[in-house]
Amino acid sequence: MDWTLLTVQLLNGLQFGILLFLLASGLTLIFGIMDFVNLAHGSLYMVGAFFCATLTQWLDSFWLGLLLALPATAVVGVLVELIVVRHLYERDHLDHVLATFGLILVFDTLTQMIWGPDGQVIPLPAWLDGQVSLGDAIEVPTYRVAIILTGLAVAFGLFILVTRTRLGMQIRAGASNRKMVSALGVNIGLLFSIVFVIGAVLAGLAGMMIGPITEASIGMGNQIIIVAFVVIVIGGIGSIKGAFIAAILVGLIDIMGRSYLDVLFKMFMSAQNAETSAPAVSAMLIYILMAVILAVRPSGLFGPRGR
Amino acid sequence: MMSRLLKYFVLSLGLVATSAFADNVRIGFVTTLTTPAGAIGRDMVDAANIALDHIGHKMGGKAVEFIVEDDGFKPEIGKQKTDKLVKQDDVHFVTGFIWSHVLLASRKSALDGGKFLISANAGPSPLAGKLCHKNFFSSSWQNDQNPMATGEVLNKKGVKKLYIMSPNYAAGKNMVAGVERTFKGEIVGKDMTKWGKDMQLDFSAELAKAKASGADAIFVFYPGPAGPAFIKQYDQAGLRGKIPLYTVFTVDALSLARLQKAKLGGVLGSWNTMFWAPDLDNATNKRFVADFKAKTGRYPTHYAAQSYDAIMLIKSGVDAVNGDTSNQDGIRAGMLKADFPSVRGKYRYGSNHFPIQNFYLRTVKKDANGDWFVSHVSTVLSDHQDTYHGQCKL
Repeated sequence: MDWTLLTVQLLNGLQFGILLFLLASGLTLIFGIMDFVNLAHGSLYMVGAFFCATLTQWLDSFWLGLLLALPATAVVGVLVELIVVRHLYERDHLDHVLATFGLILVFDTLTQMIWGPDGQVIPLPAWLDGQVSLGDAIEVPTYRVAIILTGLAVAFGLFILVTRTRLGMQIRAGASNRKMVSALGVNIGLLFSIVFVIGAVLAGLAGMMIGPITEASIGMGNQIIIVAFVVIVIGGIGSIKGAFIAAILVGLIDIMGRSYLDVLFKMFMSAQNAETSAPAVSAMLIYILMAVILAVRPSGLFGPRGR
Repeated sequence: MMSRLLKYFVLSLGLVATSAFADNVRIGFVTTLTTPAGAIGRDMVDAANIALDHIGHKMGGKAVEFIVEDDGFKPEIGKQKTDKLVKQDDVHFVTGFIWSHVLLASRKSALDGGKFLISANAGPSPLAGKLCHKNFFSSSWQNDQNPMATGEVLNKKGVKKLYIMSPNYAAGKNMVAGVERTFKGEIVGKDMTKWGKDMQLDFSAELAKAKASGADAIFVFYPGPAGPAFIKQYDQAGLRGKIPLYTVFTVDALSLARLQKAKLGGVLGSWNTMFWAPDLDNATNKRFVADFKAKTGRYPTHYAAQSYDAIMLIKSGVDAVNGDTSNQDGIRAGMLKADFPSVRGKYRYGSNHFPIQNFYLRTVKKDANGDWFVSHVSTVLSDHQDTYHGQCKL
C-alpha cells in the first residue's frame, strides 16, 4: 500500500466533495424549501465560470474576476427567478423539470452565441498555480488546497447562516413545513427569492472554482448537476449538513473508484478487461451508494422530519 | 378519385424535387458543432469551405451542394443525421466525422444507402480491417498510426517506463494499442477515463497515480476540450520537468490558442507526432494555411487539414468521371489514385482505402507574431501503412 498516494487521493476526493457541496447546498435549499426542481442549477454553475473567465481575462486578476463574477451571477439568479422560476412555484414537478430543462438549452445556446464554441481559460496567479508540500513526500497542487479551504469557509458560513440567524431559522422552518411558515406571517415569496439567489451564487462559485482546472465550457454543468442531485438525495433533501456529508462521501467514493478499482479488478480478471470495465463500474459506484441509502433510509441520511 | 389525384400530385412533387437538384454534386458533412467539442467542427467546416472556394464550388464541371449536420457528440445523433443526409438529401458523399464511435454508428447508414463514406478524422480499426468497404475512404489516418509514431519517438528518447492515459472509447483504445505496439519499454500504469458529451475533465486521481508510478514519461490522447484541461492540470500537479509529456491529437491549434491565453508556457518545446504540420513545406499547404489564417484568424488544426483534403479527394473522384455521379466505379478508381494536391504532400492508398503516408515529429514554437503553433521537426515513419489492412478482404 502506497500511503503517500492514498493521502493524495483522499485530498483529491475531499476537494471534489467540497466542490460538489457548493453546488449541492444551493440545490438542496431550493429543492427542500421551495419544493422546486431546478435542473438549470448547473447552468448557473456554467454562467459563473464564464463570467469569471471573461472578467479575469479583462482585468488580468483572478481575485478581481472572482469578486465581480459573484454579484454578476447573483444578478442572473435574480433575473431567472423573476422571469421564469417565480411563476412555477405553484405548478407541479413535471412543469418545473420541463421549464428548467428549457432554461438549460437557452443558457447553453446563449453561451455559444456570446462566447463561441471554444472553452474559456481562467488564468491563475503564479502563487496559486504551483504545488504545496505537506510533510516530506506529499505534494499537491496549491489551487486544489485553495478550493478545499474556500469550500470549508463557505460551509462554515452557511452553517452559521442556517443555525444562528433569523433567516436561517425561517429557511429551516420552510424546509420542514412550508405552509405553517407562511401562515405564521413570514413573507414566503421574499424568502424564496433570497434562497434562490443564494443557491445561484453558490453554484456560480463552484463553477468559478473548477474553471481554472477544467476551463469554462458549454454544458459543463449538465453532467455535474446529476451528481449534485445524487448528493442531495443521499444527504436528505433540504439538509445542508446532509449535503455536506454526502458530498464528501460521493467525492471520496468517486476518486477512490477511479484510483483503485482497476487494481482490485486485476486480481480476478484479465488486465485488459479490468482496464475497460473499471472506469465504467467506478462511474456507477455513487449510484449504487444512492440506491443502498434509499433502501435503508428513504428520506436520506439527514432528511428533515415532519414532512 | 381524390386520393389518386393526390397521389399523382405528391409523385410529381417528388419528381420536381429530385430534378431540381439532380445535376449537382451533393456532399453531406457530419461533425460536432455544439458541446465544448464544437470548436473542432467549426475548424472542419471552415476548412471545407476554403477548399470549396479554392475549387470555385465546382467538381467535374458541376455545382457542389454542401450540407453540414451536427452530431451533438453522440453516436445515435450522428447516425440519425447520416440517415437524413442519405435518405432526404440523397447526397453522393457523406464525410466529416470527428469521433470513431460516431463514425462506427453511422457507417451502415451511409454504405448500405449506396453512398461514399469519407472520414475526415476518425480512423477506427474495424473500418481498416474486417469492416473495410469499397465505398469507404479515409482522408486522415488509421487511429493506431500516429501513436505508433509516438512509440518510436519514445524509444529514441530512451524512455523505459511509460504511463498511459486515454479516454475510454473506440479511438482511445486504438491509440493505446498503437503506442503499446511500437514502444519497447514497460507500461507502468494505464487509465481509461470517461468520454463523451459528459467527459471526465478533472484528472486529479489519475495524475496522482502517474506521479506515484515511477514512470519516466506520460503518454496521453486527449482530443478537443480535454486537451488544454489535461495540460493545465499536468502543470498544476508539478509534473512538468519531472515526467515529460508525449501526446497525440492533444496539442493542436485549438488547445494552443487557449493555453497561450492562459499563459501556460510549459507546453512550448513539448513533442508530439502527426502526419501534417502547419509549416509542412509544400505549395498546397502554404496556400491552405495562409487562406485559413486570413479567413479565421486562427492556425488550422489537423482536423481542418483533413477536411480540406476530404473535399479535394472527392473532387478528384468526381473529376475522373466528368461529374457523372452515377458512375461510382469511376469515382472510386479516381479517388484511389489519391491524385490531388494534398496539404500533406503526395500519399497513396492501401487496399483498405486508408492513406499510406509519413508521420512527423513536431514541437510547439512561437511564430514571428508570437503566436504558438506546432512546427515540423523530422520524419519518424515513412510511407507508413496501418496494421489492420491484412484483415481487409478488398
